[in-house]
Amino acid sequence: MLIPRVIVLSGYGLNCEEETKFAFELAGAKADIVHINDLAAEKSRLKKYQILSIPGGFSYGDDTGSGKAYANKLKNHLKAELDEFINQDRLVVGICNGFQILTNLGFLPGALLPNTSARYTNRWVDLKMAGESPWTQGIRTLSAPIAHGEGRYFADEKILASLKKNNSVAATYVKGEMCEYQDLPPNPNGALKNIAAITAKEGRILGMMPHPERAMFFTQLPHWQYFKEKMGREGVKLPQYATGLEIFKNGVRYFK
Amino acid sequence: MPARIDIKYKVPDTRAAVKLRHLESIGFNGNVKSVDLVDSYIIDANLTSSQLQAVARLLENPLVERATVNQNQAPAKFDWAIEVGYLPGVTDNIGSTAKETIEDFLGKKFKSGQGTYSSQVFFLSGKLSEEDARRVADTLYNPLIQRAEIKSFKQFKKDGGMGISAPKVALVSSVSVGTVNLDVDDSELTCIGKEGIANPDGSRRGPLALDLDSMKTIREYFRGQKRKPTDIELESLAQTWSEHCKHTIFANPIDEIKDGIYRSYIKAATNVIRKKKGRRDFCVSVFTDNSGAIAFDDKHLVTHKVETHNAPSMLDPFGGAITGILGVNRDTVGFGLGAKPVANVYGFCFACPEPRRGADPRDPFDSTQGRPEPGRTGDKSVFYRDAERKEKILSARRIMEGVIQGVNVGGNCSGIPTPQGFMLFDKRYRGKPLVFAGTVGLIPRTVAGKPSHKKQAKPGDYIVMVGGRVGQDGIHGATFSSEAIDSGSPATAVQIGDPITQKKLSDAIVKEARDKKLYNSITDNGAGGLSCSVAEMARESNGCEVALDKVPLKYPGLAPWQIWISESQERMTLAVPKNKWAALHSLLEKRGVEATVIGRFTSSGKCAVNYRGKKIMDLDLGFLHDGWPRRHLATKETHPYKLEFVGMSAAETESRDLSLAIKNMLARPNIASYEFLSMQYDHEVQAGSVLKPLQGKGRVNGDASAVRPLLDSKKAIVLSSGAAPSYSEIDSYKMAACAIDTAIRSAVAAGADPDYIALLDNFCWCSSNEPERLYQLKRAAQACYDYAVAYETPFISGKDSMFNDFKGYDEDGKPVKISVPPTLLISAIGVVPDAEKTVSLDAKCPGDLVYALGNTYDEMAGSEYASLIDDKKHSNILQNVRMSFCDSLVPCVDAAKNRKLYRAFSKCVREGIVASAISVSKGGLAVALCKTAMGGKLGFDVSLKKLPGKFSNDTTALFSESQGRIIATVAPENMRKFEKLMTGTSFAKIGSVVKQEKIVIRRKKKNMKLPLPEILAAYKSTFANY
Repeated sequence: MLIPRVIVLSGYGLNCEEETKFAFELAGAKADIVHINDLAAEKSRLKKYQILSIPGGFSYGDDTGSGKAYANKLKNHLKAELDEFINQDRLVVGICNGFQILTNLGFLPGALLPNTSARYTNRWVDLKMAGESPWTQGIRTLSAPIAHGEGRYFADEKILASLKKNNSVAATYVKGEMCEYQDLPPNPNGALKNIAAITAKEGRILGMMPHPERAMFFTQLPHWQYFKEKMGREGVKLPQYATGLEIFKNGVRYFK
Repeated sequence: MPARIDIKYKVPDTRAAVKLRHLESIGFNGNVKSVDLVDSYIIDANLTSSQLQAVARLLENPLVERATVNQNQAPAKFDWAIEVGYLPGVTDNIGSTAKETIEDFLGKKFKSGQGTYSSQVFFLSGKLSEEDARRVADTLYNPLIQRAEIKSFKQFKKDGGMGISAPKVALVSSVSVGTVNLDVDDSELTCIGKEGIANPDGSRRGPLALDLDSMKTIREYFRGQKRKPTDIELESLAQTWSEHCKHTIFANPIDEIKDGIYRSYIKAATNVIRKKKGRRDFCVSVFTDNSGAIAFDDKHLVTHKVETHNAPSMLDPFGGAITGILGVNRDTVGFGLGAKPVANVYGFCFACPEPRRGADPRDPFDSTQGRPEPGRTGDKSVFYRDAERKEKILSARRIMEGVIQGVNVGGNCSGIPTPQGFMLFDKRYRGKPLVFAGTVGLIPRTVAGKPSHKKQAKPGDYIVMVGGRVGQDGIHGATFSSEAIDSGSPATAVQIGDPITQKKLSDAIVKEARDKKLYNSITDNGAGGLSCSVAEMARESNGCEVALDKVPLKYPGLAPWQIWISESQERMTLAVPKNKWAALHSLLEKRGVEATVIGRFTSSGKCAVNYRGKKIMDLDLGFLHDGWPRRHLATKETHPYKLEFVGMSAAETESRDLSLAIKNMLARPNIASYEFLSMQYDHEVQAGSVLKPLQGKGRVNGDASAVRPLLDSKKAIVLSSGAAPSYSEIDSYKMAACAIDTAIRSAVAAGADPDYIALLDNFCWCSSNEPERLYQLKRAAQACYDYAVAYETPFISGKDSMFNDFKGYDEDGKPVKISVPPTLLISAIGVVPDAEKTVSLDAKCPGDLVYALGNTYDEMAGSEYASLIDDKKHSNILQNVRMSFCDSLVPCVDAAKNRKLYRAFSKCVREGIVASAISVSKGGLAVALCKTAMGGKLGFDVSLKKLPGKFSNDTTALFSESQGRIIATVAPENMRKFEKLMTGTSFAKIGSVVKQEKIVIRRKKKNMKLPLPEILAAYKSTFANY
């Protein structure tokens, strides 16, 4: 059984690398946090990994546009290595800022614009999973938080058509458990066609705005206190984990 | 020749749409038809046109944006163009990122003097006069940090755009070092202390905030040295001796208290408690470091520190607040050998910009009359810093929005969750807002086998400055915040934070360099800049020698004294052993963090500074740190202070419409939902969120929150706070007692163990040179001692800010002084063994029993209900405070009784039999019941008949703010167990949770019925458009 190795990028304001590494390791992988400058200095290091993860955060403070400056840095120093990586049978996941970086790199189509509120928003959303991707296999719905200022997915007609044709929309915002519970509108940012996540390269590259690593423990859920009471009275044991972990498990499972 | 790159969205720009809506909401309704937005960069780096084209491609996302070089992208038709950019020298993060991107692409650094500068151009269409355009511009920029240029359509066309000029810093100040003659008469000596050292042209350099006594002490010292002080020596002493740094008011003897307030009341309480707790003592590092620390588990400590950043936030709300939060983050990174920030907290005290319902139309703070003037919202008050009425202070709304945005950017960009905070409104915060920012940190107990909370710079260690560069920003910050704000307040006192530079620094330190043991000591560069951080660390080795010309600068032309005291942000100072320097330097370089050796620590007993080969400062460390003259402070009893009691007495309220009153109370800014704020602060990053800021189905703001700082541990930290400034003028002793009780109670209600809670104190006082104010201070500090000891909750850290007064002029040019009410923020931090045992505030299941714990009394003075009544009457900020319920009392805290109740309740929590709990605070029982019901979207059927305590009528039962009370819901099957565990405390079952969305309150007279949707609407209405 192969234990896949995951590289979680860091530096310049990315900030979810520790919990992303934790999630991958909980799912059974071996993960390393590697600073972009260390990788640029030792480019061949990328070859050691089966999964590339660009975590959430605020690279360069979203200055000049979210994900742009970090993507430029990757292009300037690691273009060839990254191209090679994505064309092999390996997996890539970009979460939140990571998704923004992947679109700016051109690895995923479309763009992420400022939210319709023009304000940073942190709240829970419900996702209906779709498409064909090793990352989302077997997951039908997922609730997780978003936390971003620029998460409104945009694509032109051509891109939309190709997303549809290739079954590449991985998740859309829907009114589900959390929106019902907290009485919130399903689409948190005005995303086109309610798109929350997309894939490319036969589903091997996943970009998603919501944070699955913030939905991996039961106690991260906004209504866990309610369920604690309900389940406690019914004599049901409280679960330890939540659905977000499945994304990471899927990543690991792909190599098993 | 600089070039200009303009970037415009090809798709609709939501930022412009939101700006248009905002302009409408603040009074430009209908006048502005459209807003277009262009982002601009001035690139001053001698690039070829093909290089510029390549740079334009780097800065655009071609799918949605278009970038042009030296070709404007103005819409075909518009009426006014307004460009907003930064003033020379002000931190421009976007410009810096663009510069870094370009440098990385070209593979070479810009030359000195070259740069990239960002700006935004707003194109407005609509029926707008030039005056209107100016008003719009006023809402878009802050003249202290930004520049705005307005061009009409015609002018814009004529000029071919907004122009291309780089806002470069051009300093002409003298970089030489002068000496200062102190052998002058008392009035000149006083003048030097107050207004600063005289420049050759007769102008003054800005406040030293040294009083005559201090100036004379300094003169004596230099007479002994047989020389005159240099300017840098005097500036340095002023920084170190400032109220901001030495806390002289807390340190000086006061009345009969020889050791001063801090040692006798705050520190003494902790000492007594630690002794009493003995083996149960959880304190590890108190008062000595940048933060305080308690034990988290066998392997880790948690640290906590809360700072204030009031004066800068008044001048530049965004810059002040972001600097505040980033500054306190550095107090975490600067704790021991470096703790990792794991949670932020905040507290904002503002004058409310919202009109108050049913208020007197003559009140200048309300806009219920007619249409507000464009650009001005609910709060119509106008004040100026100067007699000529040229420097207007920002509107209440601008201050509020700027401060909120500052913590938003600071916290979110740093990847630190911000789960806990509050807003508190009182018109007495109109002159100076209070901005509290705090950070909790986590650090292993040992680093490389040694206790992590101990650090010592050794003689011979390099003094290393890491992080940002030094500019003119933040000069005289420490001395300026030690005084009241007036027209002499320096504009250079404002800084803007750069969260990414700090994030790089913080990560490199706490995630890498610390565990490699690459330095012996570390501290934050905060108030006073290098002059304070280096001099402070020099105490560890007993001396330092600095080469000031080694300090990297943002731009040339800074005088040595400016370099020494500048408060340019994102810097820390390290003591690095010689043999570790190469490793540290190489690590930091790889992380994009600048690090420079600027001298070495010595054992000479001196703080010495050299510049261009000359010794320009040579002070005895002992004199620098302890030479300040002690002054015996005297207080004057006052009780209550400057109050005029009017209005009705408690007994007169019986006949009022209580249902309406409850709805009005829920809509009051001090009670209303502020979810717009909670939702824009990332509270879930780091993945340890347990108890969130918004709780239950109804998304109700909680008074406490909990996070797990270690993902592989079940342990959680519970955070809460308490402040009761509305009681201060009546009885500051009771005010402090209430703040402590509220902080503890809110933590306990959320599941904290009352025997494992530590406190932090933040005193934000006013006019602390007045004996009456000092009396209030002394009484409040006495309460801190009495109640901390009674609850056995030690203080671990604190900070004070003693002059929160605004001295300026009103609209007619009459002098005014607006002082904040004496405000004490108590922050509580508790550690719980099992995160799953924490309790949220929302009712969970129909049929659950509702318990009221603790006694209710007629304690209405200073209550939110009293303010509701007072707001209906004319009351002016400049007059004395008026308060209703003169025959009532401020809540009195019975610590012994409460402690017993909290401990019993905590047992119930540990047994897992509490379904929901909320502490009864502002707005009393009525508000607590409503929050629990709204949280669960369930109804209540409760009766006031059995409510424990002694009160005159239903009004006081519902709205009294008696302390020590908790509302809890419990499953019926747990009733006996709960009541058994609570035996010996004052509690009563007052009703049950019901499925119908309605709160029924049964009373002797007519029962009250409150439909849940109505109260929820009231609760969420106030800040719905924020």
